[in-house]
Parts: sequence; C-alpha cells; structure tokens
Amino acid sequence: MSGRKIDDATMDNVEILAKLALSPQERQKAMDEMEKILDYVEKLNELDTNQAEPLVHILPEVNVFREDVVTNGDGREESLANAPKSKDGQYIVPKTV
Amino acid sequence: MEMLQLTARELSRRIRDGEISVKETVDMYREQMEKMEPQIHAFLSVDEDRLAGRIQEVEEGIKSGRYSGPLAGVPVAVKDNICTRGQKTTCASKILENFVPAFDAEAVKRLEDAGMIVLGKTNMDEFAMGSTTETSAFGVTKNPWNIEHVPGGSSGGSCAAVAAGEAVLALGSDTGGSIRQPAAYCGVTGLKPTYGRVSRYGLIAYASSLDQIGPVGRNVQDCAALFEVIAGHDAKDSTSSQKAVESWESLTEGSLKGKKIGIPKEYFAEGTNEEVKKALTDAIELMAENGAEVEYFSLKMVDYVIPAYYIIACAEASSNLERFDGVKYGYRNMESTELHEMYKKSRAEGFGEEVKRRILLGSFVLSAGYYDAYYLKALKAKALIKKEFDQAFEKYDCILAPASPTTAPKIGTSLCDPLQMYLSDIYTVAVNLAGLPAVSLPCGRDSQGLPVGMQIIGDCFQEKKILQTAAAYEALRGPFPMAWEKEEM
Repeated sequence: MSGRKIDDATMDNVEILAKLALSPQERQKAMDEMEKILDYVEKLNELDTNQAEPLVHILPEVNVFREDVVTNGDGREESLANAPKSKDGQYIVPKTV
Repeated sequence: MEMLQLTARELSRRIRDGEISVKETVDMYREQMEKMEPQIHAFLSVDEDRLAGRIQEVEEGIKSGRYSGPLAGVPVAVKDNICTRGQKTTCASKILENFVPAFDAEAVKRLEDAGMIVLGKTNMDEFAMGSTTETSAFGVTKNPWNIEHVPGGSSGGSCAAVAAGEAVLALGSDTGGSIRQPAAYCGVTGLKPTYGRVSRYGLIAYASSLDQIGPVGRNVQDCAALFEVIAGHDAKDSTSSQKAVESWESLTEGSLKGKKIGIPKEYFAEGTNEEVKKALTDAIELMAENGAEVEYFSLKMVDYVIPAYYIIACAEASSNLERFDGVKYGYRNMESTELHEMYKKSRAEGFGEEVKRRILLGSFVLSAGYYDAYYLKALKAKALIKKEFDQAFEKYDCILAPASPTTAPKIGTSLCDPLQMYLSDIYTVAVNLAGLPAVSLPCGRDSQGLPVGMQIIGDCFQEKKILQTAAAYEALRGPFPMAWEKEEM
C-alpha cells in the first residue's frame, strides 16, 4: 500500500458522514488508527472474489409484508419523556434555518 | 448456599412445589449481589419497583397455574442493550444514560410470559463494541475467577453475574462472539442461536445482520430451556424465522455415538495458547473415546474473517447509531445553537472512544469511492466464508473449536491496541458472518486457574445437534464449579 488512505480531506468528509465533532487530538489518533486497521483489512484483497456474489442476507427469507394497520398504542408521553427538550407535545431542537 | 447451587430448572421445580417462595428466591440473589457486586460490578441497575411488582405477580401466577413452565419463578439477569419497559436501558453508554424504553424487548416479554423475572440489567462493552467489558461508560466488570482479569465481552456483565452466583440465568447478545467469549472467560455456558431464531425486537442494534440474543447459564440444559422460552417467530422482527423450536428435553437428549465432529486445523495454529490447546485436545479425546467420530479438516478462510467482520459490523454500526443525535432521547449538548452543531457535539461527547472509532471506520467504508473496495469486497468474502461452512456441514454434524485463543487477559492490557483486541475474536466472528448457532462451555482451566472455553458450532437451525453434543460432553466432563463456589472451597 502506498500513501495514506485517510488524508485530511478524506477525514473531513468522514467526520461529516459520521456526524462527530472530534478534537484535534482525537482526530489525529482516529486517523492513525483507521489507517492501521484499513491496512490490516486490506488482507481481503488476497482473495479472489470474482465468482462471489455479495452476501447480505444469510437466510432465504423473503420480504415480509403486513397490512398497514396500527397495532401499538399511542405512547406519546412515554416517548416524549425521554426527550432532552420538549414543549407542547413536540421535540424542541436548536434553530435550523 | 445450597439453594444457590441449584440449576435453574431445579430451582423452578422447588418454587413451583412451594419449597421456596419467589420472594425468598429473589432475596437470595440480592444477598449474593450485595456480597459480590463491590468486587465484580456485573450489574448496572436493579429496578426495585418493577422487581417488587413482578415478585407478587409471579407468586400469584404460579399459584393460579398461569406460570407452570420449567423456568417459572426463576430470576434472570438481562444485558443492558435489551429494552425493559420503564427500566433504564443504557447500552453502557453515556449517550443513553437516562434512556427509559417505552416497551419491552420481545425476548423479555417471552421470559416474563414464562413466569420468569428480570432481576437487573448487566454491564457490557458500550453498544456491545468490545471484547472485555472495559469500554463500558459505567466502570469495568471483573472476572469472578480472578478480579485482576477481564470477564470478556461484550456480555461480560451477564456472564460474570452467573459465574459469581448473582444469577442462575442471563440474557446476552452476540454479534461477533459477545456471548461465547465471555462465557469461556467466566467458565459458564452460553448459546448464540442461529440468526433469526430469537426476535431482535427491542435489542438496541449494533450490526443488525449479525446480532442475536441468547442465553447464558450454568449448564447446557438450563441454556436450552431458556432458549426454548425466547426463540420462535415474531412478526415484529422481519428477519425472524418461521421455523418451529423444539423442547429443551429433545434439544439436549442423545449421545456422542456416531456424531461426526470436524475440527479446523487452523484454529489450533500458533496464535492459540498452549494451555487452551491442551484443554481442547483432552476434551476432544474424551469425546472420541465415547463414540464421537472426530476428524481434523481445513477452514482456510480463517485469516479473512476478522477483516470481513470489522468492515461489515462497522458499516452497519455507523448506520444504526445515526439515530443517537440528541433529539428524541439520550444525551444532548445543551450549548449548541445550531442543529448540526448539536448533532456533532452531542455524539462526540456522548459516545466513547471505541464506538466513535467504529462509526468513523464504518462511515469511511460506506463512503463514495470506497464502498466497492471495502464494503462490497467484505460481503463477497462473507459469501466465501459461508460456502466453506456449507461444505464442512456436508461432512460433519458439528465443528469443534476453542472459543478464544487465550484465557481471560488482565484488565488494562487490551484497549491500548484495538487491532490486537479485534484479533481475540478470531474463532467466534465467522459464526456470526455465516449466521450459524454455536454453544460455548467450559472444558478445563489453565495454570492460573482461569477457565478455558470450548465452542461447538452447527449448521443453521441445528441447535439440536450442538446442544446434544454439548450436553453429552458435559455429562462426561462432570459439573464445572462456578467461580463463587471456588471461593467457598
């Protein structure tokens, strides 16, 4: 393997995707460790997978459908009780626009 | 002390026969917890109100005949990533420190329907990400055999609770070995069922295609009995299988005669500790002497299971853990004045280091430009791993292997090198990738006195074959002491 896989630009993008605000120290450590782990997982490149189909589901189960009928209760209050901030039966978040 | 030594089924029989009340049973475990918890820290919480209400309900249910099953009245420790209505479920993470589910996981509902009682919630690696229970945000669990050592993970609290006599049965979850490896380190028995056997409804997801809830207990039959209770189709989990589940008696009856057992040569390679090899070889010899047809064979994919596992598990984790954003539940950074800033800060402050590492890695392998090279490649490797197992099960009833290359490491020696910690899962992760059932049970102790675990792996939905084999071996081996009994000796 030549060159770093996780350079600053790549890491900027990864942080956006991961929605994590890392401190500079955390970021540097994460970059180094990811680099090391990626070097290791690239061992998979030794495998000839040309004939292999990607396997997502282990079991031959097919899509499961049901009628679109509500079966659980309301649960609004119990759910809202877990919210860090709520008002008038709604979640409150910081300004979005 | 005598009552603490009973199996779960014998305990239930005595409760149903009126020899001991449900309250006395729960009190007995609470006393043991008071004695052991200051050292072990297997539990994160006990809900006094729920417990008191439940004791009364079960007492009445047993009298009325509503609860008559083989485990009625038995208290169970439940891993803290399995939702309990009205009772905190934290995943051992700061981000869910105050989360109170509005519903019970299906596995919890089923054990309560069988007359069992949730005793308390057990410690774990944060979001089940780790192999030592050291990544918990709420303190380390100690191995009851030697408190300088880890109990394994991620279901370290559940396995330590059983080993310490604080519970006779527990629920854990297994994504890459998280039931089998801590069961091995703690000298208890743990079953990872076939993917789809036990509903994942209410199990807080780590890697959905690999996660499975399973029982932890003192012996194979207790685990089979709890498996029978929690397994079976659930419409609330679309990956749940329709296949019928047999009774625990039929799951564990039988002998080793004529059982074809394959042993992967690669699992006894240089990375495996000599004392672990010796304990396994002795167990294999004993089984062969008693009629098992044992044969060594080659599982060549062993070197690729950890890379494939970490790519797939981290990819799924990065997606599953997106939901923790500080809006509807969990920790929120209250100073943020803008929405995205709030997401990023809440998550950075709420998640621990190992969880962040896996989210970052997962986000990377799924990102544009890298998806094919890493994620798709790992899914193709998974297909080859599955194929290799399919071929092996054409020849063998079961595959037998160490549950871990070593016995329990010392606390503080694993987290400094994440890659090294990942490698300790080398003998367990393939089972999750291929969706197979596997049971881990003790087969000896090393020179430090720490338990060695043996893993018996079966083809999909062949729990019966592995449990029968494990029960037959267990009968030959004789009772394995629990850690707390060792203290008393």
